[in-house]
Amino acid sequence: MSTFTGHQSYPKRLLGFFAVLVAATAATAIVLLLLSLFGTFIYKGAPHISWEFLSQFPQNNNTEGGIWPALAGTTLLVLLMSILGVPIGTATAIYLTEYARQTSVFARSVRFAVNTLAGVPSIVFGLFGVGFFVQFLGKGIDTATGSSMFGDGSLLWASATLAVLTLPVVIVSVEEALKAVPRDLREGSLALGATRWQTIWKIVLPNSVTGILTGSILAVGRGAGEVAAILFVGVVYSTESLPGSVTEKFMHLGYHLYVLATQSPDVEKALPLQYATTLVLLGLTFLLNFTAIYIRSRLRKS
Amino acid sequence: MSKDNTTKIRAKAFSVFYGQKQALYDINLDLPEQRVTAFIGPSGCGKSTFLRAINRMNDLIDGTSVTGSMVVDGIDVYSREVDVVTLRRRIGMVFQKSIPFPKSIYENITYGLTLTERRSKSELDSIVEESLKRAALWNEVKDRLHHSALSLSGGQQQRLCIARAIAVNPEILLMDEPCSALDPISTGKIEELIGELKSQYTIVLVTHNMQQAARVSDLTGFFLMGNLIEFDRTRTIFTSPTKKETEDYITGRFG
Repeated sequence: MSTFTGHQSYPKRLLGFFAVLVAATAATAIVLLLLSLFGTFIYKGAPHISWEFLSQFPQNNNTEGGIWPALAGTTLLVLLMSILGVPIGTATAIYLTEYARQTSVFARSVRFAVNTLAGVPSIVFGLFGVGFFVQFLGKGIDTATGSSMFGDGSLLWASATLAVLTLPVVIVSVEEALKAVPRDLREGSLALGATRWQTIWKIVLPNSVTGILTGSILAVGRGAGEVAAILFVGVVYSTESLPGSVTEKFMHLGYHLYVLATQSPDVEKALPLQYATTLVLLGLTFLLNFTAIYIRSRLRKS
Repeated sequence: MSKDNTTKIRAKAFSVFYGQKQALYDINLDLPEQRVTAFIGPSGCGKSTFLRAINRMNDLIDGTSVTGSMVVDGIDVYSREVDVVTLRRRIGMVFQKSIPFPKSIYENITYGLTLTERRSKSELDSIVEESLKRAALWNEVKDRLHHSALSLSGGQQQRLCIARAIAVNPEILLMDEPCSALDPISTGKIEELIGELKSQYTIVLVTHNMQQAARVSDLTGFFLMGNLIEFDRTRTIFTSPTKKETEDYITGRFG
């Protein structure tokens, strides 16, 4: 006769207890790690952050002064990256969700390409940037027009490289946003005699604009912290002035950090600047990510 | 069958396939002008597929193909010369879950009107009023035309979708289970509306509700597993059907 009373055997209960213990410890460790990371940078970096630090050029071989050109360079870089990447990513997502037959070879190839692109190490994008944008496209333009502006690493080519790198992020989040628009809205529009494009323009896009925005912000967040991809395509150790055009070279927060950490003549003196720069970079990326999360949660609610 | 009106829609040996799967088998059917025709049958019997084939909404599903012909006003809607966008302007459709566009009540009505041509404000105003009146919604919303359409109740939203459909002045109105998500009072209003609209439109109604078919339609077709089992005057279908399947279904023995 079977009953529901009694207990599991002792070894089984012990095993269960250990499983919970290990899982909980691991979870706690992650949180502690994150907190200590943040704590360190806030504790050591925050005292050095001032208006002067944010608004001045580096001085005295990167041991004094601020990070203004790196901050401005990073901002310009991600702005230009968004201008180049978001329209292409959005167009691709529109094609994939609204036009392509989901089973067609072409649509599947595009999806495969997007997924593969997402998994490529960023240094490879950097090499691609040199090979394709600088050497092939830039030198090509220079040869064709007789100029000498494009055949070298610059803000433009770095942005283009980053745009390619962040394309999967944009495509996937815009696709999600488009798919969230109810099918009934599309059918309602088409049944009234709207063309596909009218339906996309008047119904689908206005109802997914928040999602597209979120995708762009996530891409910017990803792009802002990226160093390896721009290493060979225009970022420099130091500049005299901010880039005056997109074909000039620029400074970048992430690269500046690398420079501070490895190229400084006086590591001890540069250390506080390093912490402060790291804090600015972290703050920037987190701010962007939280904005995206906030917009997304607002979107879910409405 | 109703021979007292001209045929508006004629299906001849019409079949629909979703990929390899056949959803409709050789349907032959004449739908008269300015009458309400109801299609009944259990879920998956093909009645909605037939309805959505008339304005080619099935085209939106990947891998759909048809054989035979679906003739509206003497033209096969699947022939090459037909422009599907123009076709859909002439055939209005109301869905089961009619979601108004997340725009104002006014903009919902003018949406279809402004797709092809610019119209003056006064012209739009009068069409909005007229459409809402015909959909028996004017008195309830006339003071808040510029409020969001999503602020309306379910029944009002459905009537708004009917108003939206008739604003572009179609000749045929396809209704795909328009009351299945509504309470009895809203359902009553929509049924009343269908009765009034049939003097101007050819209405095709798909419904799960047999009482509704009996109440509002002039003709009824019974679909089962992709076949049209029986098609006759509504009274005949509900009082003396010729096919045993029809009788079983309407007496509730299956389905």
